[in-house]
Amino acid sequence: MEKKKGWKEIPMGGLITEAGNAEEYETGSWRTFKPVLDKEACNNCLICWIFCPDTSIVVENEEMVGFDYVHCKGCGICAAECPKKAIEMVLDQEE
Amino acid sequence: MAKPSLATTKIPLAGNEAAAYAMKQVNPDVVAAYPITPQTELMQTFAQYVADGEVDTALITVESEHSAMSACVGAAAAGARTMTATSANGFALMWEVLYIAASLRLPITMTVVNRALSGPINIHCDHSDSMGARDAGWIQMYAENPQEAYDLLLVALKAAENHDVLLPAMVMYDGFIISHTMEIVETLPDEVVRDYVGAYKPAYALLLDEKPFTVGPLDFHDYYFEHKRQEIEGTEHAPAGLAQAAAEYEKVSGRRYGPLESYRADDADVVMVALGSTAGTARYVVDVLREQGKAAGLMKLRTFRPFPHAEIAEALGNAKCVVVCDRVASFGAFGSPTFTEVRSALYEVPERPLVINYIYGLGGRDTGPDLLEQAFAEGFRVAETGKIEQHVGYLGVR
Repeated sequence: MEKKKGWKEIPMGGLITEAGNAEEYETGSWRTFKPVLDKEACNNCLICWIFCPDTSIVVENEEMVGFDYVHCKGCGICAAECPKKAIEMVLDQEE
Repeated sequence: MAKPSLATTKIPLAGNEAAAYAMKQVNPDVVAAYPITPQTELMQTFAQYVADGEVDTALITVESEHSAMSACVGAAAAGARTMTATSANGFALMWEVLYIAASLRLPITMTVVNRALSGPINIHCDHSDSMGARDAGWIQMYAENPQEAYDLLLVALKAAENHDVLLPAMVMYDGFIISHTMEIVETLPDEVVRDYVGAYKPAYALLLDEKPFTVGPLDFHDYYFEHKRQEIEGTEHAPAGLAQAAAEYEKVSGRRYGPLESYRADDADVVMVALGSTAGTARYVVDVLREQGKAAGLMKLRTFRPFPHAEIAEALGNAKCVVVCDRVASFGAFGSPTFTEVRSALYEVPERPLVINYIYGLGGRDTGPDLLEQAFAEGFRVAETGKIEQHVGYLGVR
Protein backbone atom coordinates (compact mmCIF):
# COMPACT_ATOMS: atom_id res chain seq x y z
CA MET A 1 0.00 0.00 0.00
CA GLU A 2 1.15 3.50 -0.83
CA LYS A 3 2.73 5.43 2.05
CA LYS A 4 0.52 8.39 2.87
CA LYS A 5 2.02 11.85 2.63
CA GLY A 6 2.48 14.36 5.47
CA TRP A 7 0.98 17.83 5.69
CA LYS A 8 4.03 19.52 4.17
CA GLU A 9 3.94 17.33 1.07
CA ILE A 10 0.35 17.76 -0.12
CA PRO A 11 -1.34 20.54 -2.12
CA MET A 12 -2.75 23.41 -0.10
CA GLY A 13 -6.38 23.52 0.96
CA GLY A 14 -7.28 20.05 -0.31
CA LEU A 15 -6.81 21.00 -3.95
CA ILE A 16 -6.55 18.14 -6.43
CA THR A 17 -3.88 19.21 -8.88
CA GLU A 18 -3.91 16.15 -11.15
CA ALA A 19 -6.91 15.36 -13.35
CA GLY A 20 -8.55 11.93 -13.39
CA ASN A 21 -7.02 10.58 -10.21
CA ALA A 22 -10.28 9.18 -8.84
CA GLU A 23 -9.12 5.89 -10.39
CA GLU A 24 -6.39 5.73 -7.75
CA TYR A 25 -8.97 5.74 -4.97
CA GLU A 26 -9.99 2.18 -4.14
CA THR A 27 -13.68 2.31 -3.34
CA GLY A 28 -14.16 -1.47 -3.59
CA SER A 29 -13.56 -1.75 0.15
CA TRP A 30 -16.85 0.06 0.79
CA ARG A 31 -18.77 -2.95 -0.60
CA THR A 32 -21.02 -5.26 1.42
CA PHE A 33 -22.58 -7.20 -1.50
CA LYS A 34 -20.74 -7.93 -4.72
CA PRO A 35 -22.23 -8.54 -8.16
CA VAL A 36 -21.63 -11.97 -9.68
CA LEU A 37 -22.26 -12.62 -13.40
CA ASP A 38 -24.04 -15.64 -14.82
CA LYS A 39 -22.39 -15.77 -18.25
CA GLU A 40 -24.90 -18.32 -19.57
CA ALA A 41 -27.83 -15.95 -18.94
CA CYS A 42 -26.10 -12.73 -20.17
CA ASN A 43 -26.93 -11.60 -23.71
CA ASN A 44 -24.43 -8.70 -23.73
CA CYS A 45 -27.10 -6.03 -24.02
CA LEU A 46 -24.76 -3.82 -21.89
CA ILE A 47 -27.59 -2.17 -19.99
CA CYS A 48 -25.49 -2.81 -16.85
CA TRP A 49 -22.63 -0.87 -18.44
CA ILE A 50 -24.96 2.03 -19.19
CA PHE A 51 -26.37 2.19 -15.67
CA CYS A 52 -23.25 1.53 -13.58
CA PRO A 53 -22.49 4.84 -11.79
CA ASP A 54 -18.86 3.85 -11.24
CA THR A 55 -17.69 2.54 -14.62
CA SER A 56 -17.14 -0.80 -12.93
CA ILE A 57 -18.61 -3.01 -15.69
CA VAL A 58 -15.71 -4.41 -17.70
CA VAL A 59 -16.45 -4.71 -21.41
CA GLU A 60 -14.14 -6.25 -24.00
CA ASN A 61 -15.01 -6.49 -27.69
CA GLU A 62 -18.53 -5.29 -26.94
CA GLU A 63 -19.05 -8.16 -24.52
CA MET A 64 -19.73 -7.98 -20.81
CA VAL A 65 -16.82 -9.88 -19.22
CA GLY A 66 -17.07 -9.02 -15.51
CA PHE A 67 -16.66 -6.38 -12.82
CA ASP A 68 -13.94 -4.00 -11.63
CA TYR A 69 -13.99 -5.08 -8.00
CA VAL A 70 -11.30 -2.51 -7.09
CA HIS A 71 -13.87 0.27 -7.61
CA CYS A 72 -17.33 -1.42 -7.51
CA LYS A 73 -19.10 -0.19 -4.34
CA GLY A 74 -21.74 -2.93 -4.55
CA CYS A 75 -24.70 -0.63 -5.13
CA GLY A 76 -26.60 -3.35 -7.00
CA ILE A 77 -27.96 -1.12 -9.76
CA CYS A 78 -26.59 -3.50 -12.43
CA ALA A 79 -28.41 -6.46 -10.87
CA ALA A 80 -31.64 -4.49 -10.56
CA GLU A 81 -31.53 -3.30 -14.18
CA CYS A 82 -30.40 -6.54 -15.86
CA PRO A 83 -33.34 -7.72 -18.05
CA LYS A 84 -32.01 -11.30 -18.07
CA LYS A 85 -31.47 -11.57 -14.27
CA ALA A 86 -27.88 -12.51 -15.10
CA ILE A 87 -26.34 -10.58 -12.17
CA GLU A 88 -26.71 -11.74 -8.57
CA MET A 89 -25.68 -9.72 -5.50
CA VAL A 90 -23.93 -12.01 -2.98
CA LEU A 91 -22.51 -11.21 0.44
CA ASP A 92 -18.89 -10.16 -0.10
CA GLN A 93 -17.07 -12.18 2.58
CA GLU A 94 -13.38 -12.39 3.23
CA GLU A 95 -11.89 -15.31 1.40
CA MET B 1 7.57 53.49 -7.96
CA ALA B 2 7.33 57.02 -6.70
CA LYS B 3 8.16 57.71 -3.09
CA PRO B 4 4.98 57.13 -1.10
CA SER B 5 3.28 60.38 -0.33
CA LEU B 6 2.39 61.15 3.23
CA ALA B 7 -0.17 63.63 2.02
CA THR B 8 -3.41 62.69 3.67
CA THR B 9 -6.91 64.04 3.59
CA LYS B 10 -8.91 64.62 6.73
CA ILE B 11 -12.59 64.05 6.15
CA PRO B 12 -15.50 63.39 8.48
CA LEU B 13 -16.65 59.80 8.02
CA ALA B 14 -18.86 57.42 9.96
CA GLY B 15 -17.38 53.95 10.47
CA ASN B 16 -19.42 52.50 7.62
CA GLU B 17 -18.34 55.25 5.26
CA ALA B 18 -14.70 54.83 6.29
CA ALA B 19 -14.80 51.08 5.54
CA ALA B 20 -16.58 51.71 2.22
CA TYR B 21 -13.94 54.30 1.33
CA ALA B 22 -11.16 51.82 2.04
CA MET B 23 -12.94 49.28 -0.18
CA LYS B 24 -13.24 51.88 -2.94
CA GLN B 25 -9.53 52.56 -2.81
CA VAL B 26 -8.71 48.83 -2.84
CA ASN B 27 -10.98 48.50 -5.88
CA PRO B 28 -11.57 44.76 -5.40
CA ASP B 29 -12.43 42.52 -8.37
CA VAL B 30 -15.54 41.11 -6.71
CA VAL B 31 -17.80 42.09 -3.83
CA ALA B 32 -20.74 39.84 -2.99
CA ALA B 33 -22.90 41.10 -0.16
CA TYR B 34 -26.35 41.33 1.33
CA PRO B 35 -27.53 44.32 3.37
CA ILE B 36 -28.16 44.05 7.10
CA THR B 37 -28.39 46.63 9.86
CA PRO B 38 -26.00 48.14 10.94
CA GLN B 39 -23.77 47.22 7.97
CA THR B 40 -26.31 48.60 5.45
CA GLU B 41 -24.76 52.04 4.86
CA LEU B 42 -21.40 50.44 4.18
CA MET B 43 -22.76 48.40 1.27
CA GLN B 44 -25.07 51.22 0.20
CA THR B 45 -22.10 53.58 -0.03
CA PHE B 46 -20.00 51.02 -1.86
CA ALA B 47 -22.86 50.21 -4.27
CA GLN B 48 -22.97 53.93 -5.10
CA TYR B 49 -19.25 53.83 -5.98
CA VAL B 50 -20.01 50.90 -8.30
CA ALA B 51 -22.99 52.70 -9.86
CA ASP B 52 -20.93 55.85 -10.37
CA GLY B 53 -18.13 53.92 -12.06
CA GLU B 54 -15.60 54.85 -9.39
CA VAL B 55 -14.54 51.21 -9.02
CA ASP B 56 -14.21 48.31 -11.45
CA THR B 57 -15.73 45.85 -8.98
CA ALA B 58 -18.26 43.22 -10.03
CA LEU B 59 -20.87 43.70 -7.30
CA ILE B 60 -22.94 40.55 -6.82
CA THR B 61 -26.20 41.33 -5.05
CA VAL B 62 -27.06 37.91 -3.69
CA GLU B 63 -30.22 36.67 -1.98
CA SER B 64 -28.69 35.85 1.41
CA GLU B 65 -25.46 35.96 3.36
CA HIS B 66 -24.95 32.23 2.84
CA SER B 67 -24.90 33.02 -0.86
CA ALA B 68 -22.75 36.11 -0.28
CA MET B 69 -19.95 34.15 1.33
CA SER B 70 -20.40 31.28 -1.15
CA ALA B 71 -20.05 33.74 -4.05
CA CYS B 72 -16.97 35.19 -2.35
CA VAL B 73 -15.45 31.70 -2.12
CA GLY B 74 -16.18 31.04 -5.79
CA ALA B 75 -14.80 34.40 -6.87
CA ALA B 76 -11.68 34.06 -4.74
CA ALA B 77 -11.06 30.52 -6.04
CA ALA B 78 -11.43 31.92 -9.56
CA GLY B 79 -8.58 34.30 -8.76
CA ALA B 80 -10.40 37.51 -7.82
CA ARG B 81 -9.52 39.88 -4.99
CA THR B 82 -12.75 39.56 -3.04
CA MET B 83 -14.37 41.54 -0.23
CA THR B 84 -17.68 41.61 1.62
CA ALA B 85 -19.34 42.91 4.79
CA THR B 86 -22.06 41.82 7.18
CA SER B 87 -23.45 41.89 10.74
CA ALA B 88 -25.05 39.63 13.34
CA ASN B 89 -27.63 37.21 11.92
CA GLY B 90 -26.30 37.69 8.41
CA PHE B 91 -22.89 36.74 9.72
CA ALA B 92 -24.44 33.69 11.37
CA LEU B 93 -25.99 32.70 8.04
CA MET B 94 -22.48 32.70 6.53
CA TRP B 95 -21.28 30.30 9.19
CA GLU B 96 -20.52 27.06 7.34
CA VAL B 97 -18.98 28.96 4.44
CA LEU B 98 -16.66 30.92 6.77
CA TYR B 99 -14.89 27.65 7.58
CA ILE B 100 -14.77 26.69 3.89
CA ALA B 101 -13.19 30.03 2.93
CA ALA B 102 -10.47 29.51 5.55
CA SER B 103 -9.86 25.86 4.75
CA LEU B 104 -9.54 26.64 1.03
CA ARG B 105 -6.98 29.30 2.06
CA LEU B 106 -8.81 32.09 0.25
CA PRO B 107 -7.82 35.56 1.50
CA ILE B 108 -11.27 37.14 1.43
CA THR B 109 -11.48 40.36 3.46
CA MET B 110 -14.68 41.18 5.32
CA THR B 111 -15.92 43.96 7.55
CA VAL B 112 -18.16 42.76 10.38
CA VAL B 113 -20.17 45.54 11.96
CA ASN B 114 -20.75 44.07 15.39
CA ARG B 115 -24.37 43.55 16.38
CA ALA B 116 -26.03 41.30 18.95
CA LEU B 117 -27.19 37.93 17.69
CA SER B 118 -30.87 37.11 18.10
CA GLY B 119 -32.66 36.30 20.22
CA PRO B 120 -34.40 38.26 21.50
CA ILE B 121 -34.02 40.19 18.29
CA ASN B 122 -31.88 43.30 18.65
CA ILE B 123 -29.99 45.49 16.19
CA HIS B 124 -27.48 47.12 18.54
CA CYS B 125 -23.90 46.38 19.35
CA ASP B 126 -22.27 43.49 21.09
CA HIS B 127 -19.61 41.04 19.99
CA SER B 128 -21.72 37.87 20.03
CA ASP B 129 -21.57 37.61 16.24
CA SER B 130 -17.84 37.69 15.55
CA MET B 131 -16.78 36.10 18.85
CA GLY B 132 -18.73 32.99 17.98
CA ALA B 133 -16.58 32.57 14.87
CA ARG B 134 -13.27 32.77 16.72
CA ASP B 135 -12.45 29.19 15.73
CA ALA B 136 -13.45 29.53 12.06
CA GLY B 137 -9.88 30.08 10.89
CA TRP B 138 -10.13 33.78 10.05
CA ILE B 139 -7.83 36.58 11.15
CA GLN B 140 -9.92 38.77 13.47
CA MET B 141 -9.17 42.42 14.28
CA TYR B 142 -11.29 44.83 16.33
CA ALA B 143 -11.27 48.52 15.38
CA GLU B 144 -11.84 51.17 18.01
CA ASN B 145 -13.04 54.01 15.79
CA PRO B 146 -13.71 54.97 12.14
CA GLN B 147 -9.99 55.63 11.61
CA GLU B 148 -9.13 52.06 12.57
CA ALA B 149 -12.10 50.74 10.56
CA TYR B 150 -10.38 52.29 7.53
CA ASP B 151 -6.78 51.44 8.41
CA LEU B 152 -7.24 47.89 9.69
CA LEU B 153 -9.19 46.82 6.63
CA LEU B 154 -6.16 47.67 4.49
CA VAL B 155 -3.67 46.06 6.90
CA ALA B 156 -5.82 42.91 7.25
CA LEU B 157 -6.17 42.58 3.48
CA LYS B 158 -2.43 42.80 2.94
CA ALA B 159 -1.68 40.26 5.69
CA ALA B 160 -4.40 37.87 4.47
CA GLU B 161 -3.00 37.89 0.93
CA ASN B 162 0.57 37.21 2.12
CA HIS B 163 1.43 33.81 0.62
CA ASP B 164 2.86 32.60 3.94
CA VAL B 165 -0.54 33.30 5.51
CA LEU B 166 -3.36 32.87 2.95
CA LEU B 167 -6.26 33.13 5.35
CA PRO B 168 -9.42 35.22 5.18
CA ALA B 169 -9.57 38.21 7.49
CA MET B 170 -12.40 40.04 9.22
CA VAL B 171 -12.26 43.52 10.71
CA MET B 172 -14.85 44.39 13.33
CA TYR B 173 -16.17 47.66 14.65
CA ASP B 174 -19.06 48.41 16.96
CA GLY B 175 -22.50 48.68 15.38
CA PHE B 176 -24.00 52.17 15.60
CA ILE B 177 -21.43 53.30 18.19
CA ILE B 178 -18.79 53.39 15.44
CA SER B 179 -20.65 52.45 12.26
CA HIS B 180 -22.94 55.47 12.50
CA THR B 181 -20.70 57.90 14.37
CA MET B 182 -18.87 60.48 12.34
CA GLU B 183 -15.27 61.30 13.22
CA ILE B 184 -12.43 62.91 11.38
CA VAL B 185 -10.66 60.17 9.41
CA GLU B 186 -7.29 60.60 7.76
CA THR B 187 -7.47 58.85 4.41
CA LEU B 188 -4.53 58.09 2.17
CA PRO B 189 -4.37 59.17 -1.46
CA ASP B 190 -5.79 56.57 -3.87
CA GLU B 191 -2.43 55.82 -5.43
CA VAL B 192 -0.81 55.22 -2.04
CA VAL B 193 -3.47 52.64 -1.16
CA ARG B 194 -3.14 51.11 -4.63
CA ASP B 195 0.61 50.75 -4.20
CA TYR B 196 0.23 49.49 -0.64
CA VAL B 197 -2.17 46.66 -1.48
CA GLY B 198 -0.40 46.02 -4.82
CA ALA B 199 -1.62 43.93 -7.73
CA TYR B 200 -3.45 40.84 -6.50
CA LYS B 201 -1.49 37.62 -6.85
CA PRO B 202 -3.72 34.66 -5.99
CA ALA B 203 -2.05 31.46 -4.79
CA TYR B 204 -4.30 29.58 -7.17
CA ALA B 205 -6.89 30.73 -9.69
CA LEU B 206 -9.39 28.57 -11.52
CA LEU B 207 -9.83 31.15 -14.28
CA LEU B 208 -6.16 32.05 -14.70
CA ASP B 209 -4.09 28.92 -14.15
CA GLU B 210 -3.43 26.94 -17.31
CA LYS B 211 -3.46 23.54 -15.68
CA PRO B 212 -6.90 22.34 -14.53
CA PHE B 213 -7.41 21.41 -10.88
CA THR B 214 -10.21 20.63 -8.45
CA VAL B 215 -11.26 22.86 -5.53
CA GLY B 216 -13.19 21.53 -2.56
CA PRO B 217 -13.24 17.76 -3.07
CA LEU B 218 -14.11 15.14 -0.46
CA ASP B 219 -11.33 14.72 2.10
CA PHE B 220 -11.67 11.81 4.52
CA HIS B 221 -9.89 10.52 7.60
CA ASP B 222 -6.81 9.83 5.49
CA TYR B 223 -6.00 13.49 4.60
CA TYR B 224 -8.45 15.92 6.31
CA PHE B 225 -6.22 16.13 9.41
CA GLU B 226 -3.17 17.02 7.27
CA HIS B 227 -5.10 19.82 5.55
CA LYS B 228 -6.20 21.20 8.94
CA ARG B 229 -2.57 21.05 10.08
CA GLN B 230 -1.65 23.17 7.03
CA GLU B 231 -4.36 25.66 7.99
CA ILE B 232 -2.99 25.89 11.53
CA GLU B 233 0.43 26.60 10.01
CA GLY B 234 -1.14 29.49 8.10
CA THR B 235 -2.48 30.95 11.35
CA GLU B 236 0.95 30.53 12.92
CA HIS B 237 2.44 32.65 10.12
CA ALA B 238 -0.31 35.27 10.47
CA PRO B 239 1.32 37.29 13.29
CA ALA B 240 4.45 37.83 11.15
CA GLY B 241 2.24 38.61 8.14
CA LEU B 242 0.28 41.14 10.18
CA ALA B 243 3.46 42.69 11.59
CA GLN B 244 4.92 43.08 8.11
CA ALA B 245 1.69 44.54 6.73
CA ALA B 246 1.47 46.92 9.71
CA ALA B 247 5.10 48.01 9.34
CA GLU B 248 4.56 48.83 5.67
CA TYR B 249 1.35 50.64 6.57
CA GLU B 250 3.15 52.71 9.16
CA LYS B 251 5.56 53.85 6.45
CA VAL B 252 2.75 55.23 4.29
CA SER B 253 0.38 56.43 7.02
CA GLY B 254 2.47 57.16 10.10
CA ARG B 255 0.05 55.03 12.12
CA ARG B 256 1.23 51.93 13.93
CA TYR B 257 -0.99 48.90 14.49
CA GLY B 258 0.25 46.08 16.69
CA PRO B 259 -1.87 43.20 17.96
CA LEU B 260 -2.46 45.11 21.17
CA GLU B 261 -1.98 48.64 22.44
CA SER B 262 -1.12 49.49 26.02
CA TYR B 263 -2.00 52.81 27.62
CA ARG B 264 -0.34 53.87 30.90
CA ALA B 265 -0.07 50.17 31.69
CA ASP B 266 3.67 49.78 32.35
CA ASP B 267 3.52 50.76 36.03
CA ALA B 268 -0.18 50.05 36.55
CA ASP B 269 -1.44 47.90 39.43
CA VAL B 270 -4.75 47.34 37.69
CA VAL B 271 -4.98 46.97 33.92
CA MET B 272 -8.27 46.80 32.09
CA VAL B 273 -8.51 44.76 28.88
CA ALA B 274 -11.08 45.95 26.34
CA LEU B 275 -11.85 45.61 22.63
CA GLY B 276 -13.46 48.03 20.20
CA SER B 277 -15.00 51.37 21.08
CA THR B 278 -14.99 50.64 24.83
CA ALA B 279 -11.22 50.96 24.75
CA GLY B 280 -11.74 54.67 24.09
CA THR B 281 -13.97 55.00 27.14
CA ALA B 282 -11.49 53.01 29.23
CA ARG B 283 -8.63 55.31 28.18
CA TYR B 284 -10.62 58.26 29.53
CA VAL B 285 -11.33 56.43 32.79
CA VAL B 286 -7.63 55.57 33.16
CA ASP B 287 -6.81 59.29 32.94
CA VAL B 288 -9.45 60.11 35.56
CA LEU B 289 -8.09 57.47 37.94
CA ARG B 290 -4.50 58.53 37.36
CA GLU B 291 -5.46 62.07 38.34
CA GLN B 292 -6.75 60.56 41.57
CA GLY B 293 -3.36 58.94 42.09
CA LYS B 294 -4.50 55.42 41.23
CA ALA B 295 -2.17 53.31 39.11
CA ALA B 296 -4.67 52.29 36.43
CA GLY B 297 -3.86 51.21 32.87
CA LEU B 298 -5.44 49.84 29.73
CA MET B 299 -4.55 47.13 27.28
CA LYS B 300 -6.61 47.39 24.14
CA LEU B 301 -6.74 44.07 22.33
CA ARG B 302 -6.79 44.68 18.58
CA THR B 303 -6.03 41.28 17.11
CA PHE B 304 -8.11 38.50 18.64
CA ARG B 305 -7.11 35.87 16.06
CA PRO B 306 -4.39 34.78 16.04
CA PHE B 307 -4.46 35.44 19.78
CA PRO B 308 -1.28 37.35 20.78
CA HIS B 309 -0.67 35.31 23.94
CA ALA B 310 3.06 36.06 24.29
CA GLU B 311 2.59 39.83 23.86
CA ILE B 312 -0.24 39.73 26.40
CA ALA B 313 1.90 37.91 28.97
CA GLU B 314 4.56 40.60 28.42
CA ALA B 315 2.09 43.50 28.61
CA LEU B 316 0.11 42.32 31.64
CA GLY B 317 2.68 40.30 33.55
CA ASN B 318 3.58 43.08 36.00
CA ALA B 319 0.04 44.05 36.99
CA LYS B 320 -1.52 42.98 40.29
CA CYS B 321 -4.99 42.62 38.84
CA VAL B 322 -6.27 42.41 35.27
CA VAL B 323 -9.90 43.33 34.60
CA VAL B 324 -11.08 41.77 31.35
CA CYS B 325 -14.16 43.44 29.88
CA ASP B 326 -15.98 41.60 27.11
CA ARG B 327 -19.08 42.64 25.20
CA VAL B 328 -20.20 39.01 24.88
CA ALA B 329 -21.30 36.13 27.06
CA SER B 330 -19.97 32.63 26.46
CA PHE B 331 -22.80 30.53 27.79
CA GLY B 332 -21.65 27.75 30.05
CA ALA B 333 -18.00 28.78 29.86
CA PHE B 334 -15.90 30.00 32.78
CA GLY B 335 -16.10 33.65 31.80
CA SER B 336 -16.12 35.37 28.44
CA PRO B 337 -13.82 34.45 25.50
CA THR B 338 -11.25 37.20 26.14
CA PHE B 339 -11.17 36.35 29.87
CA THR B 340 -10.40 32.67 29.39
CA GLU B 341 -7.71 33.36 26.80
CA VAL B 342 -6.06 36.25 28.66
CA ARG B 343 -6.07 34.21 31.87
CA SER B 344 -4.51 31.28 30.03
CA ALA B 345 -1.87 33.56 28.47
CA LEU B 346 -0.82 34.63 31.98
CA TYR B 347 -0.50 31.12 33.41
CA GLU B 348 3.29 30.87 33.09
CA VAL B 349 4.07 34.44 34.14
CA PRO B 350 6.30 34.18 37.28
CA GLU B 351 4.11 36.38 39.49
CA ARG B 352 0.95 36.24 37.57
CA PRO B 353 -1.76 38.82 38.23
CA LEU B 354 -5.21 37.93 39.47
CA VAL B 355 -7.76 38.15 36.66
CA ILE B 356 -11.41 39.10 36.91
CA ASN B 357 -14.02 39.33 34.19
CA TYR B 358 -16.84 41.74 33.46
CA ILE B 359 -19.45 41.11 30.81
CA TYR B 360 -20.99 44.38 29.68
CA GLY B 361 -23.02 46.13 27.02
CA LEU B 362 -25.03 43.21 25.65
CA GLY B 363 -27.54 44.24 23.00
CA GLY B 364 -26.11 47.75 22.86
CA ARG B 365 -26.52 48.59 26.57
CA ASP B 366 -24.64 51.86 26.95
CA THR B 367 -21.42 51.46 28.90
CA GLY B 368 -20.15 54.79 30.11
CA PRO B 369 -17.21 55.80 32.32
CA ASP B 370 -19.20 55.20 35.52
CA LEU B 371 -19.54 51.49 34.79
CA LEU B 372 -15.88 51.10 33.88
CA GLU B 373 -14.96 52.96 37.10
CA GLN B 374 -16.96 50.34 39.00
CA ALA B 375 -14.99 47.59 37.30
CA PHE B 376 -11.69 49.34 38.09
CA ALA B 377 -12.77 49.81 41.73
CA GLU B 378 -13.26 46.07 42.09
CA GLY B 379 -9.91 45.54 40.36
CA PHE B 380 -8.19 47.76 42.95
CA ARG B 381 -9.96 45.93 45.77
CA VAL B 382 -8.70 42.60 44.39
CA ALA B 383 -5.20 44.04 43.91
CA GLU B 384 -5.08 45.26 47.53
CA THR B 385 -6.61 42.23 49.24
CA GLY B 386 -5.30 39.54 46.89
CA LYS B 387 -8.72 37.93 47.02
CA ILE B 388 -11.21 37.43 44.19
CA GLU B 389 -14.77 37.32 45.44
CA GLN B 390 -16.38 36.79 42.06
CA HIS B 391 -14.52 35.85 38.89
CA VAL B 392 -17.26 36.87 36.48
CA GLY B 393 -19.40 39.96 37.01
CA TYR B 394 -21.85 41.94 34.94
CA LEU B 395 -21.67 45.69 34.37
CA GLY B 396 -24.89 47.63 34.10
CA VAL B 397 -27.39 44.78 34.29
CA ARG B 398 -30.40 45.19 36.57
